[in-house]
Amino acid sequence: MREVIFYLLIIGAGTGGELCISRAMKAVGEVTDFHPVALVRVFARALRISWMWVGVSLMATAFFSLLAVLSMENVSLVVPVTALSYAGGALGGKFFLGERVTRRRWAGVLLVCVGVALVIMGRR
Amino acid sequence: MKSSSSLHFKTYLLILIMVIFGPLGNVLLGKGMKRIGAASMGTPAELIDLLARVLRSGTIWLGIGSLITFFVAYMLVLSWADYSYVQPASAVAYGMVALLAHFMLREVITPVRWLGVLIICLGVLVVGHTPPRTTESS
Repeated sequence: MREVIFYLLIIGAGTGGELCISRAMKAVGEVTDFHPVALVRVFARALRISWMWVGVSLMATAFFSLLAVLSMENVSLVVPVTALSYAGGALGGKFFLGERVTRRRWAGVLLVCVGVALVIMGRR
Repeated sequence: MKSSSSLHFKTYLLILIMVIFGPLGNVLLGKGMKRIGAASMGTPAELIDLLARVLRSGTIWLGIGSLITFFVAYMLVLSWADYSYVQPASAVAYGMVALLAHFMLREVITPVRWLGVLIICLGVLVVGHTPPRTTESS
């Protein structure tokens, strides 16, 4: 039961965090200069966006949940199970970020989910 | 205006960094946490003790370093590519996690699980054949 709660936190907080960070990075704009000083400026700009802070907080929650579950289960099970967030991610991309998710991309996401299900079934 | 090939090259390069450092970070975290033992968080004292053991582990710090590298690449790629493109594309990392867990941590991975990993990678391949950006940049 404890593991399920941690998995839900990893998936829920992780996906939510990534969506918030993605939204913040879209507001920052496309990074074209990869010079270290320019990158520091990019991150400083990102840190001024509130979505970034919400995202980082959610991802920190997901990270500590991941640490907890990794102390109980094998990496080869834990990490693929977290891929269940793909369905939520595609939905979030469509409805939260306004991305146009094509049928082909949905098909890819579906395959990823089937793969994750097999990984879970392969536990025993 | 950026050419499509330049955009794809930049995207693939950063996804490659993500695919290497993300799984490595997770495997190192797994190794570190296994050494520490099952997390017991019944009381605040147990939680503090666990946190102290986590912060003293060199393996976990190496894992955190790898994940930070992954995260920086991830943030950069998200500045131009769609989240729904990057997220599944990085799923190829699941194959890497299985390989690293098998060879570095000696985890037993059943044929069904390998099949699952293979299908995840197939899904990634399908996603990789869609355009990285479907919305207009602002």
